[in-house]
Amino acid sequence: MILLSLLAVPLAGGVAAFVVRSDAWRRRLLACAAILHTALTLAAWRIVPAPVLGEWLVLDRLGLFFLTITSLLFLACAVYGLHYLRTESAGRQEDAEESFLFVNAPEARFTGCLLLFLAAMTLVLATRHLAILWIGIEATTLASAPLIYFHRHHRSLEATWKYLLICSVGIALALLGIFFLALSASVESGASIPLTVDHFVGHAASLNGRWMKAAFLCFLVGYGTKMGLAPMHTWLPDAHSEAPSMVSALLSGALLNCAMVGILRLLPIYDAAGYAAFCQSLLVKFGLFSMLVAAVFIIAQRDFKRMLAYSSVEHMGILALGIGIGGLAKWGAVLHAVNHSLAKAMMFLLAGNILRIYKTKTIAEVKGMLRRAPVTAALWTAGFLAIAGAPPFGIFLSEFIILRGMFQGGHFWAGGAYLLLLSVIFVGMAGAVTSMTQGESCCEGDRVKEPFLSFAPSLVFAVFLLITGLWIPPFLQNAVEQASRIVGVF
Amino acid sequence: MDHFSDLILVALMLSAVALLGTSRIAGCIRISAAQGGLLALLLLCVRGTGSPYFWALAGGIAVLKGIVFPWLLRRAIRETDVQCENIPSVNYLLSLGWAAVSFAVASWISSLLSVPFHQAASPAVAAAVFMIFSGFFLIVARRLALMQVLGFVTLENGVYAFGLALAYDFPFLVELGILLDIFVAVFVMGIMVFRIHRAFDHIDTRQMTNLKDEP
Repeated sequence: MILLSLLAVPLAGGVAAFVVRSDAWRRRLLACAAILHTALTLAAWRIVPAPVLGEWLVLDRLGLFFLTITSLLFLACAVYGLHYLRTESAGRQEDAEESFLFVNAPEARFTGCLLLFLAAMTLVLATRHLAILWIGIEATTLASAPLIYFHRHHRSLEATWKYLLICSVGIALALLGIFFLALSASVESGASIPLTVDHFVGHAASLNGRWMKAAFLCFLVGYGTKMGLAPMHTWLPDAHSEAPSMVSALLSGALLNCAMVGILRLLPIYDAAGYAAFCQSLLVKFGLFSMLVAAVFIIAQRDFKRMLAYSSVEHMGILALGIGIGGLAKWGAVLHAVNHSLAKAMMFLLAGNILRIYKTKTIAEVKGMLRRAPVTAALWTAGFLAIAGAPPFGIFLSEFIILRGMFQGGHFWAGGAYLLLLSVIFVGMAGAVTSMTQGESCCEGDRVKEPFLSFAPSLVFAVFLLITGLWIPPFLQNAVEQASRIVGVF
Repeated sequence: MDHFSDLILVALMLSAVALLGTSRIAGCIRISAAQGGLLALLLLCVRGTGSPYFWALAGGIAVLKGIVFPWLLRRAIRETDVQCENIPSVNYLLSLGWAAVSFAVASWISSLLSVPFHQAASPAVAAAVFMIFSGFFLIVARRLALMQVLGFVTLENGVYAFGLALAYDFPFLVELGILLDIFVAVFVMGIMVFRIHRAFDHIDTRQMTNLKDEP
């Protein structure tokens, strides 16, 4: 029952949002749906939801773990949206960068797609059936494309086009991966088995290795595109920088995780069939390469939203790396997923505030934020320290655990490269952030008003990150333990 | 039966070659529609014509890929002036050269992946890989947003043809979900093509280069 309502709430809310005429009621609807979804998700930790439709919808602890992150992030964005949507008035608006006039997409469509996006992500996380997972991931792309094109102008159009095309191509390849995997089961015996993780694990001994490897390549390229692993990340900086900030927060903190779950679901199958090492070495390579690409582009970055986007490429790389190394590093990576999601959502929501105050995304044009908007500036600095992995925030701890896992496993070269890239990125981001917060404000003395709703979600996340940096609460430790056990035993 | 399905796979590959070499947009849309029809035939040919379920599925594929997609794409460009020429950024000779190379690669990959008992697997792998490569090439090397959509449809048809040729039986709901996703994808892309035309006064994606980074 819980499982069906988890899907039904955002789905019904999304459809209703298209119909509701009044803006005020639609915003309330968004908030209610978000609260209800979070409540149901939290309830699912207590009452294990029964599978629905045979084995098609199953919410295991891995799915629930990521669903909790997704749901909390969505709630934060909905709260932020209450304020944000009010400022995005109807009618013509001036573009912050090129000062042309544009209009927004209808708010009903925005809210509707936002809720459908949540429904699609819920579907991805609440299944162990590979084809349903695929349907869900493709649906997330389709529901989120109109969100990126909320501000109707040529840059967001270009970003949406790239996002839609590149991700659709990637996901089409993942479908080929599903066919290959299905074939790997029937090559020897001729019998086909249902496409659930459990059936594949059960038949692991009779799976054909060559087809399985081909399948994993398709999956890695396909879902890796959506996850933002370099070199398939090219859509990511554009989409994240052009989307409204609350959408960027969801894309980065929730959607990328969902795509990663697509890969994580496969690992138990490959582990059972004895090909874990093959997958892991690929994940390590893609992970390190993503970090390298992110480092290169963060150093020379002039646009703070793009900087955050490349930081997402970096962190997805860290996750792939941690999972690839396995053992303690895998545990650290699962913990890192929570920390990264919260920190990145916090940063993107703050970036939205900065964009509203300064009307620019260029780092060099934002000066003296501490004087002009002290709360946002303080949180922005804290968020930077958190996202760049400085103590005492949670990301420091999870990155450190991953490093320890690497050294324990004897991956000294990879560990060295990881440390080097992390410090390069830290320095690159530090320069940008200090120049934004320090210095004289461009417009003398005018301290802007900072509405509570615009920074409340970021504040909550900052406090949480501070807590996880100092002490991992037992419930989080258990959750990470259970989730990483499902990923595989290596 | 098997020979006939091989023939359809060959026809699918030829249609991809034709897409690479056709200059008129209307012609390209028609070829893509024909691909949809071929896919429906492939389904009937591989799975048999006995069950009404297969007829319904084949009918669904034929209507969606053979009629609805072309209609969506034609509607997207109706008010634009691109009906005439599809200017390639890579010329047609090179495009056909690419076709030859991808055919070689596709054959090589299909020789690597073998299935002892499944006769259709080898040609199906070759056809799928070839169509994926062609679709990819269309996306990268054609300037019009509309041709990129056709590239995506070709690529996706290649993947789908592989699934059909191996007669993998998805449950009905899953099959429906996949088709629905693809339908919405092409639908949204059609809207975007229309918007790109309105915003830029052209659907030439080579001028969409505002967003980039220099390392």
